[in-house]
Amino acid sequence: MNDQATPSAAERAEKLQGLGCSRKRVEDARFTQGKGNYIDDMKLPGMLFGDFVRSSYGHARITSINKDAALALPGVIAVLTAEDLKPLNLHYMPTLAGDVQAVLADEKVLFQNQEIAFVIAEDRYIAADAVELVEVDYEELPALVDAFKAMDADAPVLREDLEGKTEGAHGPRNHHNHIFYWEEGDKEGTEKAIAEADVVAEELITYPRCHPSPIETCGCVASMDKVSGKLTIWGTFQAPHAVRTVASLITNIAEHNIRIVSPDIGGGFGNKVGVYPGYICAAVASIVTGVPVKWIEDKIENLTATAFARDYHMTGRIAATKDGKITALDCHVIADHGAFDACADPTKFPAGFFSICTGSYDIPVAHCGVDGVYTNKAPGGVAYRCSFRVTEAAYMIERMIDVLARKLDVDPAELRSKNLIRKEQFPYTSALGWEYDSGDYQTAMDKALAAVDYKALRAEQAANRQAFTNGETRSLMGVGVAFFTEIVGAGPVKNCDILGLGMFDSCEIRIHPTGSAVARLGTISQGQGHATTFAQILATEIGLPAEDITVEEGDTDTAPYGLGTYGSRSTPVAGAAAAMAGRKIRAKAQMIAAYLLEVHDNDLEWDIDRFQVKGNPEQFKTMKELAFAAYNQAVPGIEPGLEAVSYYDPPNMTYPYGAYICVIDVDVDTGVVDVRRFYALDDCGTRINPMIIEGQVHGGLTEALAIAMGQEISYDKLGNVKGGSLMDYYLPTAVETPVWETDHTEVPSPHHPIGAKGVGESPNVGGVPAFSNAVNDAFAHLGLTHTQMPHDHWRVWKTAQSLGITG
Amino acid sequence: MIPGSFDYHRPESVDAAVSLLASLGDEARVVAGGHSLIPMMKLRMAVPEHLVDLQDIADLKGISIDDGTITIGAMTTQAELIASEELAATCPIIRETSLLIADPQVRNVGTIGGNVANGDPGNDMPALMQAMNAAYIVQNSAGRREVAAREFYEAAFFTALEDGEILTAVQFAVPASGHGHAYEKQKRKIGDYATAAAAVLLTMNGGTCATASIALTNVANTPLYAEDASAAIIGTSLDSAALDAAVAAAKAITDPAEDGRGPVEFRTHVAGVMVRRAIEKAAARAS
Amino acid sequence: MSKIDVKMTVNGTEVEKAADPRTLLIHFLREELDITGPHIGCDTSHCGACTVDLDGKSVKSCTMFVGQANGAEVTTIEGISGDDGSLHVLQDAFREHHGLQCGFCTPGMITRAYRLLQENPDPTDEEIRFGIAGNLCRCTGYQNIVKAIRVAAQQLNSAQEAAE
Repeated sequence: MNDQATPSAAERAEKLQGLGCSRKRVEDARFTQGKGNYIDDMKLPGMLFGDFVRSSYGHARITSINKDAALALPGVIAVLTAEDLKPLNLHYMPTLAGDVQAVLADEKVLFQNQEIAFVIAEDRYIAADAVELVEVDYEELPALVDAFKAMDADAPVLREDLEGKTEGAHGPRNHHNHIFYWEEGDKEGTEKAIAEADVVAEELITYPRCHPSPIETCGCVASMDKVSGKLTIWGTFQAPHAVRTVASLITNIAEHNIRIVSPDIGGGFGNKVGVYPGYICAAVASIVTGVPVKWIEDKIENLTATAFARDYHMTGRIAATKDGKITALDCHVIADHGAFDACADPTKFPAGFFSICTGSYDIPVAHCGVDGVYTNKAPGGVAYRCSFRVTEAAYMIERMIDVLARKLDVDPAELRSKNLIRKEQFPYTSALGWEYDSGDYQTAMDKALAAVDYKALRAEQAANRQAFTNGETRSLMGVGVAFFTEIVGAGPVKNCDILGLGMFDSCEIRIHPTGSAVARLGTISQGQGHATTFAQILATEIGLPAEDITVEEGDTDTAPYGLGTYGSRSTPVAGAAAAMAGRKIRAKAQMIAAYLLEVHDNDLEWDIDRFQVKGNPEQFKTMKELAFAAYNQAVPGIEPGLEAVSYYDPPNMTYPYGAYICVIDVDVDTGVVDVRRFYALDDCGTRINPMIIEGQVHGGLTEALAIAMGQEISYDKLGNVKGGSLMDYYLPTAVETPVWETDHTEVPSPHHPIGAKGVGESPNVGGVPAFSNAVNDAFAHLGLTHTQMPHDHWRVWKTAQSLGITG
Repeated sequence: MIPGSFDYHRPESVDAAVSLLASLGDEARVVAGGHSLIPMMKLRMAVPEHLVDLQDIADLKGISIDDGTITIGAMTTQAELIASEELAATCPIIRETSLLIADPQVRNVGTIGGNVANGDPGNDMPALMQAMNAAYIVQNSAGRREVAAREFYEAAFFTALEDGEILTAVQFAVPASGHGHAYEKQKRKIGDYATAAAAVLLTMNGGTCATASIALTNVANTPLYAEDASAAIIGTSLDSAALDAAVAAAKAITDPAEDGRGPVEFRTHVAGVMVRRAIEKAAARAS
Repeated sequence: MSKIDVKMTVNGTEVEKAADPRTLLIHFLREELDITGPHIGCDTSHCGACTVDLDGKSVKSCTMFVGQANGAEVTTIEGISGDDGSLHVLQDAFREHHGLQCGFCTPGMITRAYRLLQENPDPTDEEIRFGIAGNLCRCTGYQNIVKAIRVAAQQLNSAQEAAE
């Protein structure tokens, strides 16, 4: 019996700041005061600095490397090349895609800015001077930069280290530049349906190579403690445990003697998932010298040598009845992987989850096939909020729907509505084998169309087109619609693993006697606010205020094993683990409460922050009281303490979706596209923190704007990379970025403990097609079927010119 | 990211600066705001052995209007140009152009001298100075001379500056009262150099264009004073035939580089669009 | 190359050191003075993560040599809070309105906003966006940053009016 007045349920829930509230972030205190702890802030006694000598050429033999002048510079400790790494068998490292990647170029270079030598010096200024002094002689070779020519009979041989290997990690290789062929679906059935269809639309949809470009570049500090034999590496790692296991396997240092720590990370977006040569070289340097070694790349290195995104050439064929019912979809992809296959995909999915490409539509039969090829470009491919190639898949299907709409001469929103998977069909198994968990697509679509008054927009557009024809305006209006379904939350261990490590995730929580707690997870925030949001999940599960729950991530010595944060997997997997761990805590607390209240377990019910006796609510024990009791009471049959751990193997992926509508005005004479309005409706299931969700959508849409309107990492025919610095690589400022209108529906995921699906990548997945569809739509009445991204000024103008309207 | 080594000097007078440059020779560069030079040094595209910092030289600062002539000290920053109400009242094209250069932080430090003297075809002020028929006052240890902006640029990063010379001021006549002005610049984003830009100054006499001066930015390896384009609108009512002629004449002298901003054809086309829009805007502002 | 003597005031504290003249101001602050609030985010003077307040102006400290800052008064994000450790209105507003996610651009962004509001105490949203165009962010899409600055401006102006 308690004699304090019991606050109301609402007051108690408010105090928890649990699930569903826009809790302000705990991280912000340090970030707004310049007290963040990023990798380049680290300074350790005796620390040395490493820097790379990089290839001038896209494809060349290295005929000699002369280190003499560099070694003679005072303050230079060593210059490592492949020769120095060979005895350790570290001149190549395994990639996440079953290939190998040169850590330091072994006799030839395969992409411009590839790592050739690693200079170790007393400080970064001396290291930079030394880099200039290393002399490399090359014998230039013809560069291969056209993915469509990669498998020509006379295409240059890139990977001499794979000579004779006709079996790759993902099956047979058909050509020296072929990596894999992967396919899904019913090829025969699809061809038949296409052959018999009333209408077939076909288009080559290219998603250009771009780069996530977080503001902070990649880096690490490696420190080998020769006395204890323990190697610690702090660094920009989105998957610290996986890095630890891989590091152990390749260095033969036992895993318990390796500690990986991810400090604050200044943006990841998939750029910081893989292992880079800089990490290996810094570790080797530290092992050899016995002192810490720091490596931080600069922005040009980041853009030109770390994991790029996309570079998919997708030929889509979509078949439909003359009434607009889609009957089949086929897509063949040429995937440009660069010089090494370093795609951060789950092992069994060399093309990621590209097979989500039937999208939000009820398509009875489908097939997709992907040929991965090598080119003289930087390695990578899976990054930039892509959820493992989902951005590519969504772009393809959303463009193909619009291409089909043009061909059928129907409105693109109407065509979508006609083919959207219906509410009654969930859980829905797509023709390519995914079981979509939940959704009410039509409600979302209707809400979006109503919010922008879609009919009025089309009427306005009709008037604008007439005015343009009459010479009254030189501006063309475009309306872009996208209804995306994406697949995140990798993933069920039975089919999702990274280098053999199942893609479960974890949460361990320990409650202290005085009622506060510490929770650790296998994920790692790079701005998503986990310290704030996972505490909210736990607060609601265990009835302790979120502010009394510290959330820690990123130190492999203390955090339970997890596969990290990328692909919007944290909420679906680690968030689930947190909920489950919370429920274990509550289950034990229930038994303690039953003992203290002298009732049976089943006589108790949970009410926000306490267990109370059913029918007798003045008899209760708060979680805070139960926490102390766990340390204070000898409860028969129950161990002291109050902690739990959950390793969560999700039964399925989750399928967030959304309806995005973009309105633009194109200045036909300059090619400038003005984004007049952008409306984004997202359904990510249960919404943990609406403020944070909105922030994720704003950020993802801004990335989508950048991709659709201007980003491109390209190569000329000599293999020189273009757009590899911020002089050209398009990162919009606050001036170019429009105001985003966000909205939502909320259909929980039936298989997730709290019904949440994840949202981080949705805005990039849905945003790019919305922008691209808008640009294509602006010219559609003049006969345009498809124009490639990025929709920068000159390309938009060229499109106008090709349609004869530039005057 | 890390520049090469150099010795650093900070003279307090123009005489001291030019004397230093004379003694240090070729391996010395002056630094004004540094926002052209330092990025090049960080990429090791420029590796001077001596840097002569001009920021303490009081004679290089200041904006004065005397007897129909405006004189602007070379070390006047873009931010100072924007803030000058005197300039805004007499020569508003300067504020308009400055606001289109880079971003606020760069404008706080970047100078008019730096922008006009290093011969970077991407810089905006050179075309402006040519449109205004400005003179650059330059000085070395041998003495002082004036070079017309229209004669100053030879090729990308090659100017009429001789050994040891520094630009100390720019000077031009106060534009006629009632003149029209416009600087039209197309760029990919804030902070980008122009895809193409046009500076136009003109005066109207009733409905007829009495004087006109047009210059182009970043569509050749130097700024371009578009003499023929200017002539094409003088004496006209600025009807579409006159504008078409001016645009054609302007495009005829362009020779832009193909780069991320677009192919040659596109940048030439945009130069024409900028000329047209700048003339229209200038005419609307003229009285 | 001869070292130069550098004297400046940083966050209210006088500093005097010998430095290699080619030391960029950002490195001087971060490596010599252990002031790690301002960050390095690019190598071409675009991103603004290195923004500091120098003699009352927002400046990209990655594009300045330490000698150029000789005699200057420099304020970094660490100096934006009050002397008693209380947060500046902007720091509160950024937290209140979710104007940051990964936090890497935040020191430069707030340092710039701090000066922007002194240059223009009552900016429109358009003026705010133009005013922070030298600071790139990849996480927030700027919208909540603009909101935070707008709210901070309102609060500073009300406080000013109340004081008058």
